[in-house]
Amino acid sequence: MNWDFIWKYLPMYGEAALLTVKIGLAGIGIAIPVGFFCAVIQYFKVALLRRIVSVYIEISRNTPLLIQLFFIYYALPKIGIPTNPSVCGVAGLAFLGGSYMAEAFRSGLEAVETVQMESALSLGLKRGQALLYVILPQAVSVSVPAFVANIIFLLKETSVFSAVSLMDLMFTAKDLIGQYYKTTESLFMLVVFYMIILLPVSILGSVLERRVRRAGFGS
Amino acid sequence: MPDLGLDVLFKGKNMLRLLGGLWTAVEISLIAVALSIPLGILLGIIMTSKNPIVKAVTRIYLEFVRIMPQLVLLFIVFFGSTGALGWNISGELASVIVFTAWGTAEMGDLVRGALISIPKHQYESAAALSLTSAQTYIYVIIPQTVRRLIPLSINLITRMIKTTSLILMIGVVEVLKVAQQIIEANRMTSPNAAFGVYLAVLLIYFILCWPISLLARRLEKKWG
Amino acid sequence: MADELLTAEHLVKRFDDNTVLDDVSLSVKKGEVIVVVGPSGCGKSTLLRCLNALEPIQGGKITLDGEAVVYGSKNLAAIRQKIGMVFQSYDLFPHLSVLDNILLAPVKAQKRKKDEAAAEAMKLLERVGLADKAKSFPRQLSGGQKQRVAIVRALCMHPVMMLFDEVTAALDPEMVREVLDVMLNLAKQGMTMIIVTHEMQFAKAIADRVVFLENGEIIEDTDPNTFFEHPQTERAKQFLNIFSFERSKKDEKN
Repeated sequence: MNWDFIWKYLPMYGEAALLTVKIGLAGIGIAIPVGFFCAVIQYFKVALLRRIVSVYIEISRNTPLLIQLFFIYYALPKIGIPTNPSVCGVAGLAFLGGSYMAEAFRSGLEAVETVQMESALSLGLKRGQALLYVILPQAVSVSVPAFVANIIFLLKETSVFSAVSLMDLMFTAKDLIGQYYKTTESLFMLVVFYMIILLPVSILGSVLERRVRRAGFGS
Repeated sequence: MPDLGLDVLFKGKNMLRLLGGLWTAVEISLIAVALSIPLGILLGIIMTSKNPIVKAVTRIYLEFVRIMPQLVLLFIVFFGSTGALGWNISGELASVIVFTAWGTAEMGDLVRGALISIPKHQYESAAALSLTSAQTYIYVIIPQTVRRLIPLSINLITRMIKTTSLILMIGVVEVLKVAQQIIEANRMTSPNAAFGVYLAVLLIYFILCWPISLLARRLEKKWG
Repeated sequence: MADELLTAEHLVKRFDDNTVLDDVSLSVKKGEVIVVVGPSGCGKSTLLRCLNALEPIQGGKITLDGEAVVYGSKNLAAIRQKIGMVFQSYDLFPHLSVLDNILLAPVKAQKRKKDEAAAEAMKLLERVGLADKAKSFPRQLSGGQKQRVAIVRALCMHPVMMLFDEVTAALDPEMVREVLDVMLNLAKQGMTMIIVTHEMQFAKAIADRVVFLENGEIIEDTDPNTFFEHPQTERAKQFLNIFSFERSKKDEKN
């Protein structure tokens, strides 16, 4: 292992990792509200919108992110929708993530007994109030594990960004392998940086999951 | 009506070529799934062992394979085998190795989850009916785990197919690569070919994965 | 008939092809306690749920205090504030303490001041013997305690009437009594109530009128004495027979 090489290119990896995280978080940040609204639309069975949401979810979940990115980056400009690598990365991740987050929220909402909604309504609360004060607090805590799993999944998915010429970790590793043939060092740093990004989220996830499963409310 | 470059799809054997590219990816997925299922079942059973060393080793394997992006694993096997070991393995072989390793980890975790989710009283009531432990497994436990596992395994197939799109990145000629070639070849006559061709690729993946997802969901509802 | 609080006329409720309520008419006077009995699946619970517009109806009309109760209508939230409802189980909000469970609707739906509502809630909790549980969470309570809290939660909205849907059906026998006592007290204070129950002794004690429902139709609607001692129909007799047993072994001595 050539440590000088590693030391020299460390800042380059750092920058690439920062880009991965930035675009990853931006995409996830949009995916969460998208998923939330989709889940609420499905929960309340809003006519028409519900159809649109389910078509979106099926397309998003049944096609690979790489193809979605190619479509956004190379195909959309042909019909007059301009894009650039960063926007494409954020949009692609949000498109993919929205449906996964929607499923996480939806399973949380469905886990709340229907009698909870009914008793809130029969107390005279409006549907919106019942959702906000009664259903959501319970649903969110149920969907925490799926929610964190999705964040890890989406951060992992960012690894395909180099396909639309974003200079992320994969791009950097491939570049260094191509230029200097320092394969072991380049791959080593690639793994280390992904560990730095993903391990804390993964640990946080299992801590939260254990807490949600064990505690419940009022203990 | 703008030119959407859809005509390119029907030119010559372009559609067939795309489907041929898809087959490469599907073939790799199917081989990997076929290997992952038995290996995963084995791993899952091993993971329920009480031996701390076995537990630790399988746990580390599982966590590493699942936390690393599949593309990183592909890079490690494809570039690493050449760079560190001097072997020159093909992109296809690297893909099969990586997707099998990943599929085995995923499947192993599912099997372990299914095994430990069978409530203790199932074993107890089987014992109370004086079934032997082999009979308990054959008639009581395994039928219940299989029902939980089949939809999840089918789901693994769609995840595998979606993930194999990554093999483009290590130079395997699959559907996206063919798509790029077609777009390149028609750049003069059909400048908007990128739209039609990538739309077609998106739809091809959708048509392939959607029915499988629906099947998995139906079985999950039926047996869940 | 000016003192009629709630009327339901010719209710028809279907789930797909299955008719659950078939031309059911019922009226409740102020201060009256009606007990609805009948075999399981006869439509008792569905009737209560329709009265509170938790289910859409396919025919008929429901009026509360002169106002129409219509599924999906705009003023439904306001109407439901006048009807307290307690369900069989699981209807306390698990993420809120007992006090917050009670205060949610008065504060959010009726926009009352929190301390004023809290003072009333504590008084009501005291009356059902649960003042010391105000800070507890539902999962720390027994089934009987939960149902008493659910009743208090409904009462705190100052409803003009209460609906009870088999509130003791999921409880252990020793807890049934404490819940029924709360309901008996409410009856004494003149609360208008419709109660669905399987507790026949309790029905006899609390009811002003007993409604016997079978296959979605009202078969008898009469005073409790007549219903339990001299049922008019063969079907009511058969139903009441379920609750009596004969010795299975002949006494040896005789």
